Amino acid sequence: MTTEMLEPITEQTYYLNMGPQHPSTHGVLRLFLKLDGEYIIEADPIIGYGHRGHEKMAESHFYEQFLPNSSRMDYLSGLLFNHGYVAAVEKMAGIEVPPRAEYIRVISAELNRISSHLLWFGTYVMDLGGFTPFLYSFDDRENILDILDRISGSRLTYSYCRMGGVAKDIDEEFIRATRSFIQRLRSRWDDYHNLVTKNVIFIHRAKDVGVINRELALRFGCTGPILRAAGVAYDIRRAEPYSVYPELDFEIPTGTQGDALDRYMVRLQEMEQSLRIIEQALDRLPEGPIKAAVPHKVRPPKGDYYFAVESARGALGFYIVSDGTPYPYRLRARVPSFGNLQVLTDVLPGTLVADTISILGSIDIVVPEVDR
Amino acid sequence: MSLEDLREELSKVVEPSAILPRDYEKNGCLLEIRTGADQVVAIAQAARAADFFLESITAADFTNGPQVIYHFNSYGKVSRAQVRVQLSRGDSIPSISNLYDAALWHEREVFDLFGIRFDNHPDLRRILLPEDADFHPLLKDYGKVHAFRGTEEIYDN
Repeated sequence: MTTEMLEPITEQTYYLNMGPQHPSTHGVLRLFLKLDGEYIIEADPIIGYGHRGHEKMAESHFYEQFLPNSSRMDYLSGLLFNHGYVAAVEKMAGIEVPPRAEYIRVISAELNRISSHLLWFGTYVMDLGGFTPFLYSFDDRENILDILDRISGSRLTYSYCRMGGVAKDIDEEFIRATRSFIQRLRSRWDDYHNLVTKNVIFIHRAKDVGVINRELALRFGCTGPILRAAGVAYDIRRAEPYSVYPELDFEIPTGTQGDALDRYMVRLQEMEQSLRIIEQALDRLPEGPIKAAVPHKVRPPKGDYYFAVESARGALGFYIVSDGTPYPYRLRARVPSFGNLQVLTDVLPGTLVADTISILGSIDIVVPEVDR
Repeated sequence: MSLEDLREELSKVVEPSAILPRDYEKNGCLLEIRTGADQVVAIAQAARAADFFLESITAADFTNGPQVIYHFNSYGKVSRAQVRVQLSRGDSIPSISNLYDAALWHEREVFDLFGIRFDNHPDLRRILLPEDADFHPLLKDYGKVHAFRGTEEIYDN
């Protein structure tokens, strides 16, 4: 690839490296762009700068020891990865989780989903040139970090779930803070819509930009808000229900044509649905233990197992091959951003460089999750 | 795009006896196909015709050779199908990237981490590791692992 650049330039095209250090890539991502003027002819996302070999690490650690790794793949929705990982091992080993623990998991995971979407909201609009909404959304997100800090002891890379339950019970103060946060965030939607959704500059930057329709999403294996923006109501929480989601009432917001504006609207509506889930879960929160009695070292039976959850970015799957020992023989994380990022190779050609920022932002990737 | 559609499409290309039902509660998959490398493209074609998406391609290393594992799923009710392809060491496997663009990167990842070559892949280069790396880290003879086993030690049949 580098040798091509050394040859004499005979055509009017040129190459541009966007990244690996670029404010809009949110992590160490390099977009290798072939340009004709301001138009993109080819796009090749170069990933791997943040590859830490989590899957290899798993092969020399106990199932329990690998738990903190899971939240460090996608550091913005760590609890969802936590939940996905422990639930996979629990299903494999046949561990029954007490209902109270399942409810606490759902409450904390949905709070984490909102905090991830709030961060996306702020940074996306900032990428498009609007600085103020970023301050609003980070102000709200700070509340979630405080609430989760209270129960998990960390603000970003949570390791709150445990095999068979959660690390610490929630208290009255947590419930009170969560309920008042729900009210607070609901009172903010008008501000968000007035600041951003109705802003004519924002609409021009997002509408009809980066259209990803169902056919394209299927070819690239896209999931999550990107797919739902194309009008497909596919959400793992409904398609293959896990935890206590079947008992809770929520809708799956969808878009129509799958452009950046649809993806924006889907995520904003998802936050409201997450608030509904948290409210119902708090109302129904049962009493009881928060952790099942599990052996010191979990030994899932021999065989393989695939378990999927809905992370903030789409379908997250853990495929585990067990050989009956306390160590995973092979652990594979199917991360949603992998396919969601790859779709850029098809979406970017033909667009303007300025739209790249809008498209990349609307896809909401977390590069350490892609790289693992 | 349901499991029945996939069964119907699959029955055109593989023996019905090769399509094994799996217990969703126990395995997270609804059916499994164990096959050789020569059938992979036909199975992917069947999955594409049944309107399934490619969820993942991965591999696992065993003493009797690596195994490539495909997961297909639909955008409707869960209908995950797993395809396990046992290879001998050094074998290559046909690429399905002309059917699923998602395979372009998944296959690059398997090549990068396991050194398994995919025939007819248009751009088979490393994806996660630096391009000058001279090892394939997820092979069991690389780095620290707990065990290196044969498939017969893990799977009953």
